Amino acid sequence: MLEIKGLTATIEDKIILKGIDLVVPDGEIHAIMGPNGAGKSTLSYVLSGRDGYEVTGGSVLFDGQDLLAMEPEARAAAGVFLAFQYPVELPGVGNANFIRTAVNAVRKARGEPEMDTVAFLKEARAAIKRLSMPEDMLKRNVNVGFSGGEKKRNEILQMALLQPRLALLDETDSGLDIDALRIVADGVNAARGPNFSALVITHYQRLLDHIVPDRVHVLAGGRIVRSGGPELALELEAHGYAGLEAA
Amino acid sequence: MAAITETRETIDRLAESGYQYGFETAIDMDFAPKGLNEDIVRLISAKKQEPEWLLEWRLKAYRAWLTMADPAWARIVHPRIDYQDLHYYAAPRAPAPKSLDEVDPALLEMYEKLGIPLNERASLAGVAVDAVFDSVSVATTFRDSLAKVGVIFCSISEAVREHPELVRKYLGSVVPAGDNYYAALNSAVFSDGSFVYIPQGVRCPMELSTYFRINARNTGQFERTLIIAEAGASVSYLEGCTAPMRDENQLHAAVVELVAHDEASIKYSTVQNWYPGDADGKGGIYNFVTKRGACRGAKSKISWTQVETGSAITWKYPSCILQGEGSSGSFYSVALTNHRQQADTGTKMIHLAPNTTSTIVSKGISAGHSNNTYRGLVRIMPKARHARNFTQCDSLLIGDQCGAHTVPYIECRNQSAKVEHEATTSKIADDQLFYCRSRGLSEEDSVGLLVNGFCREVLKELPMEFAVEAQKLLAVSLEGSVG
Repeated sequence: MLEIKGLTATIEDKIILKGIDLVVPDGEIHAIMGPNGAGKSTLSYVLSGRDGYEVTGGSVLFDGQDLLAMEPEARAAAGVFLAFQYPVELPGVGNANFIRTAVNAVRKARGEPEMDTVAFLKEARAAIKRLSMPEDMLKRNVNVGFSGGEKKRNEILQMALLQPRLALLDETDSGLDIDALRIVADGVNAARGPNFSALVITHYQRLLDHIVPDRVHVLAGGRIVRSGGPELALELEAHGYAGLEAA
Repeated sequence: MAAITETRETIDRLAESGYQYGFETAIDMDFAPKGLNEDIVRLISAKKQEPEWLLEWRLKAYRAWLTMADPAWARIVHPRIDYQDLHYYAAPRAPAPKSLDEVDPALLEMYEKLGIPLNERASLAGVAVDAVFDSVSVATTFRDSLAKVGVIFCSISEAVREHPELVRKYLGSVVPAGDNYYAALNSAVFSDGSFVYIPQGVRCPMELSTYFRINARNTGQFERTLIIAEAGASVSYLEGCTAPMRDENQLHAAVVELVAHDEASIKYSTVQNWYPGDADGKGGIYNFVTKRGACRGAKSKISWTQVETGSAITWKYPSCILQGEGSSGSFYSVALTNHRQQADTGTKMIHLAPNTTSTIVSKGISAGHSNNTYRGLVRIMPKARHARNFTQCDSLLIGDQCGAHTVPYIECRNQSAKVEHEATTSKIADDQLFYCRSRGLSEEDSVGLLVNGFCREVLKELPMEFAVEAQKLLAVSLEGSVG
């Protein structure tokens, strides 16, 4: 369970988050919507531990642990996964090798036995098939020369293999055509279960047609200004974010 | 498979801490007195029971050395080396072993510790090893199986005794005794090294490997390697190097000569991990090495691959002289410097004949307060019609206290030649690091992964097991460079 209380954060002395309160229970998927500059990506970076963001107040507990005190890799080991809005290219680093190294780093941190190459490739191929991705995705270098859609699908592949307990999807739908969108949504839906929760950050309702959230929150001006059921997303689609920041 | 497992285990041990090879082995040693003069040269020659011609060759080299000055053009800084304060000969006191059974158990144990088992059954499958301890070769494995196909693989001292005609014909034929300051010094005082001869048309059935170890204090190591591939022959040769951790600097000045005849191919790979000194630059090996290959025959090939992570100073330019029509040379290099290490390394490709080709791929990684220089010469001589060269030089900086320098020299005297040079300098980006860490990799593992990615084009040139070793070595050498 993720519990965020009164979270405030700045970047280069600019206040971005002005007091976020949010609880995501296990097994639930919550959507965060909001206009540009509302602090959506900042929230995902603060939760995953990126440098450059200063937390000035509040707390974040993940399964009772103080998430903000942990290094990014410790958060990953605890089960937090960030699907990047702009996945990063790693020249010369093979995708299969990268994901296997990550899976084993996380397993090691959890005191689980490491996976050998054969077992890993078997799982990876199965995941690729499940997600209708091309098999050469494993052989290429991490995100190098990938199209925008392929990069996003690669994030979902990593998520499927790392099996996180909490996924933060930062505008994973942006720049995706409808087929890619469905693949991404299928990946998230396949992960659904009592031990998986997700924060889906998006601008648009259309992703939420495929990933139906339990709750929808509107982030505007650094605060959660409204929360509701999936119908809230439809309302936002119809009326826009205008007027919400004042609320 | 066994070999791979074994290598992995070695590497696991290796990966546990920084410089794992820093131990000293207690062996009863026979030293020549400190200092260098004609008597020392005569003593070394006498110890090795060398023929008169070789003694004369050494003395000539020594006299040439006396007239020379150490080169000042490299981008390295070090106190003057006192050549009179070194031992030029150190050998285990026991008489030279005739077979593996006679090798001092303490030595065998040391090589086990280094992950180089000399017992043939336990050896890396398919890799024959020559082990050079301080100045002498202590064991060469798999000699009998090699002899069956006519391959000679032994120490150079033994080659002088058993195959004098070959040694006399080729020694100094690629790197003349007076070639440069360090080569002249080596020619005067070299004590051992490896000798390889591949007869016509023979493809050497296994990887050949030499393992160099400096053990004794205040001792220079001057090994000499000579590899000859007759027409149509091919061989892949590897060398590895380690030394104990000491506060004082130690000198290593080796010479390697390769000769490839018609359509022969020699692949020479080095994983150099001499002690680099501590984080403040105290101690470490001064590595001044001359490596050169002659592509004498038509369509012959020489390929140098090096992974240089050790030594306080590396001064090394493995080169190819492309004499045979259509011959080709290549140089693949990873040079990593951390803390206060200095590397000035690169290659020379000398195109003498028509249709010769050369490829240079150099990856320099600088971290800490280190300085890393690529220095390379591509020379196209007038007769080298349609010669081609492609050079790629990439530098990666880690932190903001280190330096990367690229010094290419291109001399082209034939208009039909094509010479290309590409160079990049980059840093590991924060977003790359964060991406890896967000997936669960520690900061150091992330840097290791990114550096290995940067070096991939070179590492894939290494024989597989050694590529794995080299990858781990890169990660270990970067410890303490981030955070």
